[in-house]
Order: sequence, then C-alpha cells, then structure tokens
Amino acid sequence: MSTRLGTGGSAIDRSRPVHFTFDGRRLAGLTGDTVASALLANGERVVGRSFKYHRPRGIVASGPEEPNALLGIGTGDRFEPNARATTTPLREGMALRSQNRWPSLAFDVGVVNAALSRFLPVGFYYKTFMWPRRFWESVYEPLIRQAAGLGRAPDAETRDPDRYEHFHLHVDVLVAGGGIAGLQSALAAGRAGAQVLLMEQSPHWGGRAQVDGVRIEGDPAAEWVARAVAELEAMPNVRLRLNATVVGAYDHGWMLAVEMPEPGPRERLWKIRARRTVMATGALERPLAFAGNDRPGVMLASAVRDNLMRYAVSPGDRTVLVTANDDGYRTAIALVEAGLSVPLVVDARPECNGPLPRRAREMGIRVAPGRAIAGVRWQRRITGVDVCLQAGEGSALEHVPCDAVAMAGGWSPAVHLWSHCGGRLRWDEATAAFRPDPQFPPTGADGQAAILPAGSADGHSRAVEVLASAHRAGVAGAAAAAHEGDAGQVVTAEEGAEAPALAVWRMPQSADHRLRAQTFLDFQNDVKLTDVELAAQEGYRSVEHAKRYTTLGMATDQGKLSNINGLAALSHTTGQAISAVGTTTFRPPYTPLTLATIAGQARGDLFQPVRRTPLHARHEALGAAWEPVGQWRRPYVYPKAGETVEDAVRREVLAVRSEVGILDATTLGKIIVKGPDAAQFLDMIYTGRPSTIAEGRCRYGLICNENGFLIDDGVVARLGPETWLCHTTTGGAERIHAHMEEWLQTEWWDWRVHVLNVTEQFGQIAVAGPLARNLLERLGGMDLSREALPFMHWTEGRLMDVPVRVFRISFSGELSFEIAAPAGRAGEIWDRLAQDATPYGTETMHVLRAEKGYIMIGDETDGTVIPQDLGLNWAIAKKKDDYIGKRGQMRLHMAGERWRLVGLLTPDGAVLPEGSLAVAQGTNANGQRRTQGRVTSAYWSPTLGRGIALGLVDRGPERMGETLSFLQPDGSEYRAEIVSPVFHDPEGERLNA
Amino acid sequence: MSRYSALRIVREAMRRHAGWGRAWGSPEPRRRYKVVIVGAGGHGLATAYYLGRNYGITDVAVLEKGWLGGGNTGRNTTIIRSNYLQDPSAAIYEKSRALYEDLSQELNFNVMFSPRGVMMLAQTEHEVRGYKRTVQANALQSVATEWIGPERVKELCPIIRIDGPRYPVLGAHWQPRGGTARHDAVAWGYARKCSEMGMHIVERCAVTGVRTEGGRVQGVETSRGSIDCESLCLVVAGHSGELAQMAGFRLPIESVPLQALVSEPIKPCMDVVVMANTVHGYMSQSDKGEMVIGGGTDGYNAYTQRGSFHHIEETVRALVETFPMLSRLKVLRQWGGIVDMTGDRSPIIGRAPVRGIYLNCGWGTGGFKAIPGSGWATAELVATGASGPLAADFGLERFREGRFIDESVAAGVAH
Repeated sequence: MSTRLGTGGSAIDRSRPVHFTFDGRRLAGLTGDTVASALLANGERVVGRSFKYHRPRGIVASGPEEPNALLGIGTGDRFEPNARATTTPLREGMALRSQNRWPSLAFDVGVVNAALSRFLPVGFYYKTFMWPRRFWESVYEPLIRQAAGLGRAPDAETRDPDRYEHFHLHVDVLVAGGGIAGLQSALAAGRAGAQVLLMEQSPHWGGRAQVDGVRIEGDPAAEWVARAVAELEAMPNVRLRLNATVVGAYDHGWMLAVEMPEPGPRERLWKIRARRTVMATGALERPLAFAGNDRPGVMLASAVRDNLMRYAVSPGDRTVLVTANDDGYRTAIALVEAGLSVPLVVDARPECNGPLPRRAREMGIRVAPGRAIAGVRWQRRITGVDVCLQAGEGSALEHVPCDAVAMAGGWSPAVHLWSHCGGRLRWDEATAAFRPDPQFPPTGADGQAAILPAGSADGHSRAVEVLASAHRAGVAGAAAAAHEGDAGQVVTAEEGAEAPALAVWRMPQSADHRLRAQTFLDFQNDVKLTDVELAAQEGYRSVEHAKRYTTLGMATDQGKLSNINGLAALSHTTGQAISAVGTTTFRPPYTPLTLATIAGQARGDLFQPVRRTPLHARHEALGAAWEPVGQWRRPYVYPKAGETVEDAVRREVLAVRSEVGILDATTLGKIIVKGPDAAQFLDMIYTGRPSTIAEGRCRYGLICNENGFLIDDGVVARLGPETWLCHTTTGGAERIHAHMEEWLQTEWWDWRVHVLNVTEQFGQIAVAGPLARNLLERLGGMDLSREALPFMHWTEGRLMDVPVRVFRISFSGELSFEIAAPAGRAGEIWDRLAQDATPYGTETMHVLRAEKGYIMIGDETDGTVIPQDLGLNWAIAKKKDDYIGKRGQMRLHMAGERWRLVGLLTPDGAVLPEGSLAVAQGTNANGQRRTQGRVTSAYWSPTLGRGIALGLVDRGPERMGETLSFLQPDGSEYRAEIVSPVFHDPEGERLNA
Repeated sequence: MSRYSALRIVREAMRRHAGWGRAWGSPEPRRRYKVVIVGAGGHGLATAYYLGRNYGITDVAVLEKGWLGGGNTGRNTTIIRSNYLQDPSAAIYEKSRALYEDLSQELNFNVMFSPRGVMMLAQTEHEVRGYKRTVQANALQSVATEWIGPERVKELCPIIRIDGPRYPVLGAHWQPRGGTARHDAVAWGYARKCSEMGMHIVERCAVTGVRTEGGRVQGVETSRGSIDCESLCLVVAGHSGELAQMAGFRLPIESVPLQALVSEPIKPCMDVVVMANTVHGYMSQSDKGEMVIGGGTDGYNAYTQRGSFHHIEETVRALVETFPMLSRLKVLRQWGGIVDMTGDRSPIIGRAPVRGIYLNCGWGTGGFKAIPGSGWATAELVATGASGPLAADFGLERFREGRFIDESVAAGVAH
C-alpha cells in the first residue's frame, strides 16, 4: 500500500486538506499535492488501463513523461480528458475519473485482450480483418474504434468557458528549465546585462538537486536555490515564470512556451523571439526492461524519491530497488531514512562499491550485485519479485517479498528542443545516451547555434559539471546579444561521488521468450520486447518502420520513457549499434498543448475580425439579412415584415428599375496608385491602357494573372497627372493590393510607384435608377447634370456640405452614380438618400447585373476564364507590347474552341439550377458524360418576369438559337436556348440617360 | 511469401511467431534493370506493383534514399476522396478511390480503407455555389456525391457547431464513399507484393546522378553504385526538381512544407472526415482515437520536413471554432511534409523531355488518395511509352499549351 508518512514533505501543507473524488469515491489530499501524489497518498495504485491489453496501470513517473496516470478531470464544460496526474496540481472539489476501462477500473472486460495477447502480436491488424470483404467497414473497424481511444470525448455541445491568451516577447536569453542549471544560467546572463526569461515547468524552483542531496556553496541545494531566485527576482532585466514549459523550438530561434498562470487565464501561450535559448531541461530517468515491469507499484526510482521528499508519500512499505547505477541508491537510502523497508537492492553491475552503495550497506540495506529481476509477482498488487542473475536467462535464485519496486535505468538528457528544429544528436557510449551534437546545432536568425545546451540536458551528471556548463551557456547567451557585463563566478558544489553506470537494456541479459513477452517498453501502448523483435524479424528494421509498426513511442508521452529502451532492443535484434539505429524525430510540442491555448482569444465573436462599413448600424436598423463576403458583412437583402427573401429581392429590383435604389458599395476595393511610373505600371497590371484615361474620367479595366486568366475587374479613375484610383471587387481589395505590391517589389522594384489601399477610408454609396439624378440634385451642392458629369466621368465637390467624389458609373444598367464620402460622414448622405430611395442588397445587385449581362468575378470567372471568353476583347489593348497575362493568352489552348459567354433562356421561364452542365453526345475515354457548357449565374428576373441565366458554352456566341440540354443529378433535364447575354436594355439608353 | 490470414496468426501464435518472414526483401541492387523507379513512397511502389500486375514487367528496381514510405506517404492526413470538379481529376481520383475499395484483399495486407464519408463544409454563399457546381459535375462523372443541408451535416457529425457566429455551416458537399486508410500500410502492402513479384526495393540508396546519351536515359548513379535502365520513372514528390536537374531539365514545381498535427487519443466522437476550406482546417478521427488535423502550406518554399507554427495556429483556431468541444483536447505532435506544387495544383504524369524518363509528381497536398490510381496510370505510361486516358491530360505539355486542370476553382482550394 502506498501511503502518506507522518512527517516530511517539502511541497505540502499539512494544515490545509484538499477534498476530491476519484471514480466517485471521496478522498482527501493536501495543499501542494499533485493529483498523482494525492492518489498515492490514498493508496490508489491502479489509476488506468493500457491501450491494447487493458492491463491495470499505476503511476510510474513524477513529471510530464508519465504514460499511465492519465485521467479525466472536471465535469461538464470544464471536462478535460487525458490530464496527467503527475503534473496537475490538486484542487479542492476536483472530480477525477480513470480512463479506458469498462465497466470499472478494477474489473475491465477489455482485459480479455491480454489473455489473447499471443494471438494479437504486433501488427496483427495488418494481417487479418480482410474477409469477408465488407466486414472491415461494418464490423471490424467499428469494434476496434470502440476499443481504442483513451479518455472520454467531451460531449458534443460542450462550450469551454475558460479564457486563454497569447503573449509575445523578445528576449536576449530564454532559459528553459529552472533547476540548478537553469538558475545558474539565468544568473550569469542576467548579471551580464541580458534580457532574460527563465521558465520552469513545475511549481518549484531548483529541480532535482534538492531531492538528490546536492550541496552548493556549502549549503543544502534548497538554500542556494532560494538565494539564487531572490537575486534573479531583484534583477529588472530578468523575468521568472513557474508552471511554464518551453514546448517548441522553431526556425530562427522562435520559441513556444505554455504557462498555467495563477491567477489568470487557464493557459497562456508565449511566443518568444529569443536570441539564444539555454536548454536546461534536465534529464528523464529510464525504466528498466524486465518481466512484469508494467505492474502498478513499479515506479521510476526518481519518482519514488520525489514522492517521498516532496509529498511525504511512500510507494509501499517494502520497496525493492532495481538499478544499474549509483544514483538509484539515493532512493533506497531515502526510503530507509524515512523509516521504510528496502529488503533488497538488485544491482545489475557485477561490482557496486561506490560511496552510495557503501553507504546503503552501512545502513543495513542488502545489496545483490550482478542480479536482475526475473519477474514481478502479482495478486491484485505486487507481492514480491523473483531475483535472477543478470548474466543468465532468468532462472529465479530467490524470491523477495515486497509491495513496490523502484527502477533506476539511468538518465536520458531531455534534448527535445535541440531536435525540434534540425539540431542533430550523437550517441555517447560513455553516458549511454543521445547528447546534443555541437557540430550540428539548430541555427538562429544569425546563422549561429540558437540553442545552448546546459547541465544534465547536455549529458552532464555531476553537479559541478552541471553548474559549470550552465554558467558557460548563460555567459554565451548574453554575449550573443552583446551583453558582456560581469557574469560572476560559477558556484561550487559537492555531492557523493558515483561509480560508473552500466547501460542495461534488458533484464536478465539473455532473458528467454517467456520473460521478454512480459517485458514492456511502451507502457501506454503495450509494446513489449518481443514486439520490437518481431517487427525487426519482419523487416521493419528502420527505426521509423519499427515505431510505426509497433506503435512504440507513439503514446501520449511520445516515447519519453520508451524510446531509448526500444532503440536498444532494435539494435540488439538487428545487430546494429544504437548510434546506427538512430532515433525517431522529436516533434513539437514537448508536452501536449491544449487546442484552446493555440486558438487563444480568437474564438466566437473574436474568431476573425468582422469588418463593418460605416453604414452597418443603418443596415441593421433596416433589418438587413447579412451575407459574409470575406471578412465583411454585407446586406444581402432588406426584407420587410412579412416578406420572403424572394419578395424582397423582387421589390428592390423593381424599385431600382423604375425609381431609385441605394446600395452600400463601401466594400469595393479602392487602391491609389501614384508616382512618376504609375502610368506604365498600370498599363502592365491592366489589360487596357489606364495611362490614357484623361483626368476626370473613368474606365472599366481587367486584371489577369500571369497565365492570362481574369482575376479582377473594376473602374479605374484618373485623379491627377500621376495618380489613379483603382476600384476592385470586394474580395479583391487585399488580393489585388498584394498582387500589385508583389510585382512592384519583386520585378519592378526600380519603378517609382506607390500603392495604397484606401478601401476603408471612404464610405461609398451607389445611387441607381431613373430618378437617381433627380434625387441627388435635391441634396444640393453639386451640378450632376448630364452635361456636367457625363457617363464614365467623375467629379469632386460637396453634397449636403459633405466633401465627396461622385463617379458616374453603373453596375446595374440604370442611370447611376457612386458617391464616395469620408468614412465618418457617409452616414449623413445615406440617411438623406434613404428618405426617398429603396436600399438594396447584394442579391439585388447580382440580379440587376445579370439582367444586363455584366460579368461577376467569381461567378462568370473561376480562374480558368480569359477575358476573350467573356466577350471583353474590347477591354484589351491589343497593340500593347506587354501586360501581365498577355503571353499566357497567346498559348495554344487560349484560342479556338473555348467555352464563351452567352445568355440562356428556358422555354417555360424556369430558373436553371446554378452550376448545371450542358451535356453533349456520348462519353469520353474515361466513361464520363461529355459536356459543352455550364450555367455560371441564374436568377429569377423580376424585370423580365422569368428566369434568366448566363453561361459559358462551347463556341457559344456562334450558336445563337441552339437549344442545350442540362442534365441534373436527379436525372431530370432542363432545356435552354442560347441567346445574347444582355437581357435588359441592350442599347444602353437607360445607362446613358 | 506466405499469405496473411487470421488462421496463419493462430498457427504462428503456437510457435511464438517464429515463422513470419520479412514483409519485403532487402536485396543488393543489380547493375541493370528494365525499369528503375526512384522513390519508394506510395506512388513509386504502386507504379511498380501495377507494372508487374498489369503488364508482367517485374525487372524493376525501386530506389529509396531513406526508408520506404518515409516521405509524404507517411506524413499525410490519410484522406481519400474523389469529389473533384474537373473531368480529368475526377477520373483519376475516382479510379484511385475505387481501387482502394478492394486494396486490402488485392494486396493481402489490411490497409484499413474506411469509407466513412467525406464532407466539405460550405460556409459562404460562394462556397455553396462552388460545391453545388461540383455536385452537378460529379453526377456526370459517375462520382457519387451529394449536396446536404446543415441539419444533415449535424446528423452525420454531431460535434460540429453549425450555427457559429462567424461562419455558420450552410451545407456540405458529401461523398459517402470517401474516407481514410492507414497510410503506412499502403506503402508496406505494395512493397510486400512488389517484393513477392521479384522486384527489388532498395532502401538507403540515394540517386546522385542521371546518365543520358543522345537525349535518352541510360541509367542512374546512386550511393550504392551505378545502375543501368531502359526506363527511368521519377516519383519523388518534393524533390522532383532536384532529380530533373540531374537529368538536365526543369519542372514547373515548387516545394513547400505542409503542416499537420494530431491530438491525444479520445474515444470515438467523429465518424466522418470534415474539411472546412473557408476557415482552413480539416480533420478526421483515427482508429486509435487521435484527431488527425491538416493545416495549410507555409508561405515560402523549403525542403525542411518540420513543423512551423503560424499555420497550425490558423488551423486550430478554425477547428476550435467549428468543433468547440475539442477546446480542452491537447495536441500531441505536429510535423511537416514537403509537397510538390504545380501552377494549377494538379499532378504531372507523363514523359519528360529526356527520352525514357517518365514523371509522376506534382500531387501537392493531395497525393495520398491518388496512390493506386496514380500507380495504375503511371504503370501504363511506363509500360507502353504513352499515356492512357487516365493520364492523358496530366502531361507536362499542358503548361505550355495552357490546358490547365485547375481544381482551386470550385472553392475547394485544399486537396
């Protein structure tokens, strides 16, 4: 039984109990507990079930590498699956649920998989479930899906009420990790004058040194840690954050970190531009590979020590330590000092006579050198271990009763950040670990190493070396930012000497198949030694193949515990050195990152900015139905009480055709192009010649891409000798602005042209209809007569004392003006106009333009249409040497049999379904029905009282009067006659009125 | 090589699985092959497989610089669909999808093709029009898709929010027989069959040069020696440009990192594949329970197969907005793959300017779904020296002639 001891515990406050539930049972822990320590204190050994065999699993680690103790935490909208017990602080009222078990943690039907495990070898699912043919989708896969997954999915309608936010920061030196190495680095860099950010993933400074009995400057590590933190806190150029993990390293030294601030938002994402990052991330203890090593109660020796020292929690009364290094003895010594029993230390090394083993022996602990574990006896809890020779095959020499096992397999540097962005690792035989290879570092914006490894993350194990390397890294980090102040001296440290460790990859050395089949490498995914062996036997020998075939290292810990033992197993089986096997790639994030944290505050109404025109409130008051157009909201139509959308569109169209309507045209792009070379620039951008537009006049222009396809259109007005105003489509404003800038910056960088997007500076109102001029004249202030302002002219003046530009242009086929006023004053004009004119929305605008046969970018064009297809040859300056798209339009396929713009009329006036295709005879070589045209726009025309459509038809303009068949997906057919695309006022009398 | 079956597993269980042989061989390369395929990803292996299966050509080597299936085959988000707008695309992707239906049985390797249905959400009026147009086209292309309304979207995928404040779901383009497959298994399954037919799959064999003489290919130089061949087929996705350069020609291809990520596993909550192009995100749930999430391409060209963060941010934002229940779920891992983008976002299958060299590249962000069909069509090209109907429109000459096959037109920019 794990339990809480009567004394000790550096992190807990015994006077403040914390109440929580686990699978509905009421339990109590203490303030300062993690969820894991609280569960252990309550004797909860089994906390979850494994993925494949549903074996009972207990807490094994004490940090973010924990693979087993994943719990569902919270309820309702705050439910979180897969929370790590070892890193989650215990909170009052917490509701914890174990995962991946049914019906209960103690009794789980999924465990039948374990009984069948010999029939479920690694990769078995690739070899079966293939017959009968349709059973995979209907039977097998649904069963597998039901069994897979870890935590429960939150309910479909869950809405997370918590807040998340992003921080952005530039620093000289980011120090990842607040152990003694991180503190020493931060001190050196801070004293030298650098801007420093120091982040520690746990709620405590100082890391393992305090638990391991290191002395610094003659004092226990904890006292130096307190002094160091005090000095750092006093430095104005140093920021310190606890509960903050650096999770990712990206190009150019861009680093990502996550903080769980208290108080504050639930999580905070830090985006950090660091000149240098000191990687003081420490090391992770490795499990040992022996039969039964997955039993609840088998823990890492360091985790046992952590629980004992920080939380006064013992994993059991009698703990057997199994180790291959001196460090593990610290756990045995600590347990005995706490009054607990350590019946045996099983040490795989033939000789273990270092200071720590000597001290253990002096304390009366029995040490068995050259021994290994042959098995863990289990009857709903650990009852003992069988001990064998490490050099043998696993015959048990003795049975040692115990109720817990601590395993010390040596330490792997936490090199993840180094690897995230291209840094290479080298295998170091001496320490039996992958260490950062200084020859191949990840590089920063200056081309130099962006990450400086320090302390045990760099493979150092002795406190003296840890501190010295950290000091060097801190000084180097500061120097990279030209801070070369006095960094002070590295502190001195003492700790017990350690004899060399032995790299033990399996126990015992020649374990037989039966033992290997019970030896787990990946605890969560149930990958065993025999699985890696079988994978290698089947040719999955590349480390990536082995990983993907066995799922080793693909669990939520991403191989933090399992990888190295797995690599060693692969190396052993394939006869390659570990250095030749290599590692799989470490990917960000180091610890899992909540999706909401990434989203930050960009949720709900803040998801994307909503762009509103200055007239927005007026549209809202009129009851507009909205249409999102890009980030804009535009009125689609203004239905009155009792009106359907169709009714409203009909009313609005007829109002424009017979009286006058007003449209909010603010969203149309407005780009100023100005400069001595603006004329030649525009002649390249547009297919026509904007350079020849006279001041005071406007002209319709087309913009194509390099391939000749039409991408935007609009009216260009000449404002002055070197100044033009280019109108674009609503969706085109940013796109065309970027297009112009790209050409200017990459091709014509020496042309003297400025391009400015002024779309939002103006409120623009289209006033359209036979009464338009009449209405505007009543506003007073400007002469807008036919003579003063002919079609395709513009003028400046004041309307109702508001400064405006008035453009005499039309997208409706009616007499029409567009009035541009400063954004803040457009409302005054709108209000006056709205007294006598009918507001109309985008749908009405579409109907009006379609009746007139005007094309719409995005409807008649789709990126495959050239202006010539749309009968717009008149807008192309044919004698011009060049414009963007000219060469594209000269390609073979751009002439001849192309689909071209026509009008389409059904005999009965019905509206053709949009997107309908006109079928031709027969099928093509791939068996697809041949087609000869398509509907690009189709509307009910209130003006004509019938359906109208525009379409692109193979050689359409040459086939007037022919009837086409439009076959529908439901098998029905529409027929339509090819006609002119101009349905309304073909002579343009109304336009020119 | 013996067959895989449940019975065989039981038999092997009785002898501790000692009888399982290698899934594919690991031979030393010979000095000469009739056909050398560069790139042992899905497309290269499928090309080899159909060369053997359809044309009886087995004197084939597939050369791989790294480990088999280690490029985009092992890095994609495993979506399979064929709901394309343009006829040539629909033809080859539908052929591919149809081959996936029986691929497990064909290869005797369970590739776990799961036709769970693919829906592409329409969240603007423009998308509605684009998808309705595609449904119309699909009907004439014999690709079974339909337009469904928001209620049906919610019914098929209860975790979607259809009434989001910013971009409510207006409907979706639904392909009931689209889905996913186990990506690694596709490469392994083809490799095993190729090996069984006597072809050589040579891993850790980098091509360092292409030998030509009089405008005709003679062979390749590799890190494992010189190899002669009659026909050389380049199937190397993002590295196509480099190989082309070795052979002395250029390709209209840009290589760009594409971002993806997976979440921690949770119990099944989403049985369909959802793509949301307006907000830039797509997602499915794997059989292991992870939410598999695809993002966008980086805004610059690169060969680094690693994750960047800005697109992840955009994608995740979109998904949290569309699937608010995922808010507290955690990202486990992110990565990048190098995709080979052509100007019209459609692939290149066809003859290279050098005689005897054949190209299969340019699949961009959409290659995984095309593996069987692409292999089928490329095998025909290599075996006969001329494209069949499936590949006819995808030749390199289309860029010169302006016969683009532009799929971005149907609003669906992402493949």
